[in-house]
Amino acid sequence: MANNLGLAVKPVTETPAAEIERVAAWINTEEYKDLNFKREALVVMPPHACQPLGAELVAHAFEGSLPFVHGSQGCASYYRSTLNRHFREPAPAVSDAMTEDGAVFGGQNNLHEGLENAIALYKPKMIPVFTSCMPEIIGDDLTAFIKNARNKGIVPEGMPVPYANTPSFNGSHVHGYDAMLLSILQTLTEGKKMEGRCTGKINLIPGFDANTGNFREYKRIFAEFGAPLTILGDISDVFDSPCDGTYRTYPGGTPLADAGDSVNGKATLSIGPFSAAKTFAWLKDNYAGRHVAIPMPLGIAKTDEFIKKIAELTGKPVPDSIKEERGRAVDAMTDSHQYIHGKKFALYGDPDQLIGYVSFLLEMGAVPYHILCSKGSKKVEKEIQALLDSSPYGAKGKIYMGKDLWHLRSLLMTDPVDAIIGDTHGKFIARDANIPLFRYGFPVFDRVNRHRYPIIGYQGVINMVTEICNKFIEIVDETCDDRHFEMMR
Amino acid sequence: MSITTVEGITKESTQAAIDEVLDMYPEKGKKKRAPHLAPNDQASGKACVKSNKKTVPGVMSARGCAYAGAKGVVWGPIRDMVHVSHGPVGCGWYSWGTRRNLMTGQLGVDQFGMQFTSDFQEKDIVYGGDKKLKTLLSEAKELFPLAKGISVLSECPVGLIGDDINAVAKATAKELDIPIIPCNCEGFRGVSQSLGHHISNDTIRDYIIETREFSEPIGPYDIALIGEYNIGGDAWSTKPLLEECGFNVKAVWTGDGEMEKIAATHQVRLNVIHCYRSMNYMCKVMEEKYGIPWIELNFFGPTKIKESLRKLAELFDDSIKEKVEAVIAKYDPVCQAIIDEVKPRLDGKKVMIYVGGLRPRHTIGAYEDLGMVCVGSGYEFAHSDDYDRTTPEMPDATVVFDDASEIELEHFAHTMKPDLVASGIKEKYMFQKMGLPFRQMHSWDYSGPYHGYKGFPIFARDIDMAINSPTWNLVKSPF
Repeated sequence: MANNLGLAVKPVTETPAAEIERVAAWINTEEYKDLNFKREALVVMPPHACQPLGAELVAHAFEGSLPFVHGSQGCASYYRSTLNRHFREPAPAVSDAMTEDGAVFGGQNNLHEGLENAIALYKPKMIPVFTSCMPEIIGDDLTAFIKNARNKGIVPEGMPVPYANTPSFNGSHVHGYDAMLLSILQTLTEGKKMEGRCTGKINLIPGFDANTGNFREYKRIFAEFGAPLTILGDISDVFDSPCDGTYRTYPGGTPLADAGDSVNGKATLSIGPFSAAKTFAWLKDNYAGRHVAIPMPLGIAKTDEFIKKIAELTGKPVPDSIKEERGRAVDAMTDSHQYIHGKKFALYGDPDQLIGYVSFLLEMGAVPYHILCSKGSKKVEKEIQALLDSSPYGAKGKIYMGKDLWHLRSLLMTDPVDAIIGDTHGKFIARDANIPLFRYGFPVFDRVNRHRYPIIGYQGVINMVTEICNKFIEIVDETCDDRHFEMMR
Repeated sequence: MSITTVEGITKESTQAAIDEVLDMYPEKGKKKRAPHLAPNDQASGKACVKSNKKTVPGVMSARGCAYAGAKGVVWGPIRDMVHVSHGPVGCGWYSWGTRRNLMTGQLGVDQFGMQFTSDFQEKDIVYGGDKKLKTLLSEAKELFPLAKGISVLSECPVGLIGDDINAVAKATAKELDIPIIPCNCEGFRGVSQSLGHHISNDTIRDYIIETREFSEPIGPYDIALIGEYNIGGDAWSTKPLLEECGFNVKAVWTGDGEMEKIAATHQVRLNVIHCYRSMNYMCKVMEEKYGIPWIELNFFGPTKIKESLRKLAELFDDSIKEKVEAVIAKYDPVCQAIIDEVKPRLDGKKVMIYVGGLRPRHTIGAYEDLGMVCVGSGYEFAHSDDYDRTTPEMPDATVVFDDASEIELEHFAHTMKPDLVASGIKEKYMFQKMGLPFRQMHSWDYSGPYHGYKGFPIFARDIDMAINSPTWNLVKSPF
């Protein structure tokens, strides 16, 4: 025996085909589901990422802003490539490449050298710093490190360096987004509050949303109102930049001056209250004007709420163009309701999006059936339950908090549905269940241009209705026998 | 050895481009980066740049970490094992299905290309995760009974909080009667994914190799294919090719890999290695311990494939030599027909390469088969021995860059004026915004295979398509 541990030597075996067949059938059973739901430690295919990813997304969302990962370079590569794959766009960000010696001596030297190089090479206007696991475990003191960097003259005077602790062993990308946004706003608005000043603008916090089309839609809707808007922060031009022969490191983002002045806004509207809870709580005590958190405008009712809120906050009437748009969206729904009515859906995603999907499906007469959130809370559950209770189509809906996609697979195989709404990671269980997957979540790695099609607002309703209903129609066309293959559907 | 040159590129012109790049850095950064950039000195046959050093903080490096090398490269592709990303949720999530190492079998039944994690929470950091790991391993065995083994791949916190995954693995493996391999591949170890490869090789050595034996006696043509990861189905091209040449490919490391066959690889006659960087360690171990020789081959493009197959045949008898010649005679005309078709559109086009593993040198010949010329190449995580092997493959005076940062690549694209950049996802869209054709050469840009005779037509089509797509003509706006 030459293996170092002296393990027993056994023959190479092939798993018999019958055994594979048996297990393949077994994992679809109720018995397996029960066993699967008993899991306490093993997590299989969770549909959420870690905090720094969300921090990086929002760190990209401001003018001239260079996201800076304090931690291992491998972490930065993972976040960047995730954003590259989803948007099919560049995601310029740096790390200070901490290694073993950082674990011993702390990461200050890396941070300082990193800031010096990043500033010289990439000429940012702002460097939001956030952490991956290593500095969180060893307890690096970002406050002191960055203060020291300023004292040593590494960071030029006036350059904002907001920083956030974004430990990966707590929360998800949604929480990292919140923590980083909070720090960016705290930093940029410092000393900017002016008694009596009002920008006349509405601030909008979109929350963790990786659909650039949604951002453009927010801007269009506000333009229809003739209401000036500051999105905190705006990824639309950052992750949907033109291909015109010039590479721009910073193709867009919320202007820093506007973000600073947002503290004197007329009102602040936080979309998706679960997505930016901490930021909103802070802002209520610090921002001028009114502060309102409303659900993501998915479906008609939630969009109505959004539009009414804009009218209320701006004091402007709802423009005719928006009223007509609503009518067109409802027209699209009534025209196509028959293709989705009564269809059962499995849903998973981030809390705010989930609430929106449920609301939209109920409006269509569809049935949100398995509703799964891998990083939710009691509050989220309560809110979704209240929605379900508000409609007869919600009566059969069941919420699964803190579960993963392997749990969802068991649900799909033992209690089938007609479709899934989620992100690319659900494609394997969708294939096993032989049902379509609608990729409204994040990330989308396997379809093109999805992030350019808004799902919010009345236009978003039209987009979702069109995609979902046409898919169900396509399934009929693809699966019916010749006699039922018809001209009209 | 003949020296090749590219018109308009001299050592002086390349050095000038390098100096411009270095001038962007502050003094300290400049000093660190300078040894990693150089004009190629083809005649020297030696590495022109320093490598395998720490990444300069604050640059956009494309490098990954030790965990990435273990999960993504070495362990992850073994299809019949459960690979647990031990630690917080992110690492496993990011590396879930993003390397394109395709697998045979049914997901969750006898193939496990999924995301398994212990999803560390704050309490696991405070109290340690060993207990959770033990529970998790039993759950994995119960829910995935056909898994042949479990690898435990440590993420950063595990090593920092002092968990002892080795002890847990040892005890639990005995209890569950299944191989459990603890791999201390925390991301902070080493300077890149390269150390993750090495650590993973070591764990194969310590926990896997020689724990299985093939039931049939060792045959004269039994070989293993090492450093073939089945990206986009590469192994489904190279394995049948070697079989057509008369070999029995007993194990593939580790693309579409099977744990037990890997464990019995000490029983082959020869190891054929493709990705030298990630698996030379185990080839050397097997050579030392079991006297198994190894040979480096190149499966990109007909010229290198032909060369490689003949080099391989030299080690065997006439029956193999005859088969190899028959294979070459069969596929060469097919490749030539493809070259005849696309070469007129690609002749003289320049490619700049920045990837990892073996590709910065191994793919050069395939581009040359298409009439193209390499103007720059470099690796994310290579060592000196990789650059030694690269120098002769690159034309003289072209630019060599090690652990290049994005701004350096951007600058070299301006000065070397490539018609195609062959690099990774993080670089892709920067170059495409510049109007520069690009192919992802880690993932074959969601295409492939690119290896072997099955791969070359696809490679040729993709390169032709990338460079000659009419979409590039639209980049410049008429107004």
